[in-house]
Amino acid sequence: MRVMAQMGMVMNLDKCIGCHTCSVTCKQAWTNRSGVEYAWFNNVETRPGQGYPRRWEDQERWDGGWVRTSSGRLELRSGGRTKRMLRIFSNPTLPGLSDYYEPWTYDYDVLLSAPAQADTPVARPKSLITGEPMAIRWSANWDDDLGGAPEHAPSDPVLQKIGEQVRLSFEQAFMYYLPRICEHCLNPSCVAACPSGAMYKRAEDGIVLVDQDGCRGWRMCVSGCPYKKVYFNHKTGKAEKCTFCYPRVEAGQPTVCAETCVGRLRYIGLFLYDADRVLEAASVEDPRDLLEAQRSVILDPEDPAVIAGARAAGIAEDWIEAARHSPVYALTNRYRIALPLRPEWRTMPMVWYIPPLSPVVDAVAGSGFDGEDRATLFAAIGALRIPVEYLAEQFSAGDPAPVEHSLRVLAAMRSHMRRLNLGEPDGDAEAEAASVGFTPRALEDLFRLLAIAKYEDRYVIPAAHVELAASLDEAACSLDFEGGPGMGGYGTFGQPPSTPISVESFHLTRQRAAAERYADLPEVRGAVARAPEAGGEPSERKGGAR
Amino acid sequence: MTTLLWVVFPYVCLTTFVVGLFWRWRYDKFGWTTRSSQLYEGRQLAIASPLFHFGILAVFGGHIMGLLVPASWTAALGISNELYHAVAAIAGSVAGIAAAAGLAMLVARRRLTRSILQVTTPVDKAMYVVLGLVIAIGLVNTVGLNALGIGHDYRTDVAVWVRGILLLQPQPDLMAAAPPTFQAHALVAFTLFAMWPFTRLVHVFSVPLGYVARPYILYRTRDARPGVRTPRRGWEPPGS
Repeated sequence: MRVMAQMGMVMNLDKCIGCHTCSVTCKQAWTNRSGVEYAWFNNVETRPGQGYPRRWEDQERWDGGWVRTSSGRLELRSGGRTKRMLRIFSNPTLPGLSDYYEPWTYDYDVLLSAPAQADTPVARPKSLITGEPMAIRWSANWDDDLGGAPEHAPSDPVLQKIGEQVRLSFEQAFMYYLPRICEHCLNPSCVAACPSGAMYKRAEDGIVLVDQDGCRGWRMCVSGCPYKKVYFNHKTGKAEKCTFCYPRVEAGQPTVCAETCVGRLRYIGLFLYDADRVLEAASVEDPRDLLEAQRSVILDPEDPAVIAGARAAGIAEDWIEAARHSPVYALTNRYRIALPLRPEWRTMPMVWYIPPLSPVVDAVAGSGFDGEDRATLFAAIGALRIPVEYLAEQFSAGDPAPVEHSLRVLAAMRSHMRRLNLGEPDGDAEAEAASVGFTPRALEDLFRLLAIAKYEDRYVIPAAHVELAASLDEAACSLDFEGGPGMGGYGTFGQPPSTPISVESFHLTRQRAAAERYADLPEVRGAVARAPEAGGEPSERKGGAR
Repeated sequence: MTTLLWVVFPYVCLTTFVVGLFWRWRYDKFGWTTRSSQLYEGRQLAIASPLFHFGILAVFGGHIMGLLVPASWTAALGISNELYHAVAAIAGSVAGIAAAAGLAMLVARRRLTRSILQVTTPVDKAMYVVLGLVIAIGLVNTVGLNALGIGHDYRTDVAVWVRGILLLQPQPDLMAAAPPTFQAHALVAFTLFAMWPFTRLVHVFSVPLGYVARPYILYRTRDARPGVRTPRRGWEPPGS
């Protein structure tokens, strides 16, 4: 047993209202830069739907993740090392910009600088790639809330798999939101696909990162990741991805997406896992066994042998303590209601999901029955084939049993808490809880974790090194300072020397105060300069010459 | 003049090449990338890029064979001079034409696709001109002179001169007597070497041969804390 620590996340899909706050705050924090305008380290997609990038789940097309060979070994789905090396000059499974979307801005200056005229001035969309006026045809959440579903949803790879007959009925019955970030897998195929060895898992907390100095822009990671959560910065020529907000996590704070989640549905904590068993677990033959294999790799932090192993591996005491109180361990292994996204790709993803009960409740309530009643709900979970089958495709390699179990637990928790809160007769609370493998007390604990969801219960994040934690400064890790690599310049001939923040903001303040026109504002110039950098020359003039 | 062209100039270029690469590696690892444009356009690239790259790799192999391997070695293996030149001219022509066609398609794609044109720097443009010239003159030598024309046994002059340069025993007179197109090819090629460290061509030195032998999953421990170690250029924390 080789104990390692892994930062993990659980998202309770039952509570996601699809507000995209996580996406927006993530974008502001990490990808509000030229070169990654199209990239959303966190995105929220409506299911059924195509997702972002379009049809990312279709591994027939993208060849992401791992496959088990006939000899029982794991191989990247895109082939062996030599085969992939021969494709290095043109990667056949790299999504094009049209598979994401062409990023754009608006010609806002027109609104402010247009002369008095009969017609209202219009800010036309301009491509951030070419700088040309463009027609907006797709975006990261074009089919949000099933918008355009009759046209777009039939291309959902999951729907296509579970069959044609589903399509007509699902629209009334079934929809949920799926927020996605990098899975920070235990067996990351992006890391395995990187020819330069620039991608790595951090030994301390398992966060998967790209070494920006080591990346050579071969783009194999983008193809290798089945979740399409590694992005190519087309200005710097380097891969970028979700960092699990490591500067925040190191300081004991939750990620930006989790911190700002208005539904309070994200949980962050530590897993202790047995690194020696990862490959074995990822190689089990039947994809439907992968969920259990993945759970079995995660160690019980209360087990004295595990604690001893963790100490032997040099894991600090406060980390072991945090692992014992980890909400993610509780949801995945103790209550067993959180499921991994697409375990059949054998990457051992470490962002888990509690499948949503709400679509079932809605369907039951919509048909005139009591949507909170346990018996009705239980019957519906068994009878409503479509949501369960669809969820099973996403979270348990097509096996409906784990999804049904999670939904039954949620249903039992609802009815138990309703009985408590309304003072209804106790009935057979023990037996009803036992039918889903719980005690009434455990259901109440689960309710506290899922529904009350106190900040300190949701996030149990030990700081990086207790003795050094005080010296950790979020800002010190940001890439986003002027002239820094995060600014997305070419950097070929060296970047301008980095300016101390105080001086920079002094200049910014002065320019802002002195600007004559909206287009001259420093931040607006920056936004326009994001578009075309023709021949390496900044394009302020293009924006300003209107 | 002979010394200037065939001794001083090559050494200046080679020194720039070596020192420049070291400098770039030392100070600009972040800028060291293929700068792929596949995200913008993939369909033309799928044909043009492999055509160019595999072609140019074959051309490179041919130059190793022709310039660095003395004629006496191939003779010792029982390969006659005529056989050698016949093979070299045919294989070289195929590889050269593939590389030239690939490059032409790549440049056309770059010129005609607006998004790619806009991320093409002046350095890129200069590099494409010089690279194109090297390949074009090389084609004149291989296809025009050796495959179809009268032929020139470069292994008696150009190759000996190149080895002399590399062994620090330059023999400029050999090159001064070589055909003008061979002279031009050499001069433009050395110009390209001098430009090399400052262009995207550095990605050639990143060819990931180690990938074939390394473990799939890599772990790294966290870097030293900010402030503990002098940050590399471009990575200084704000306020420092």
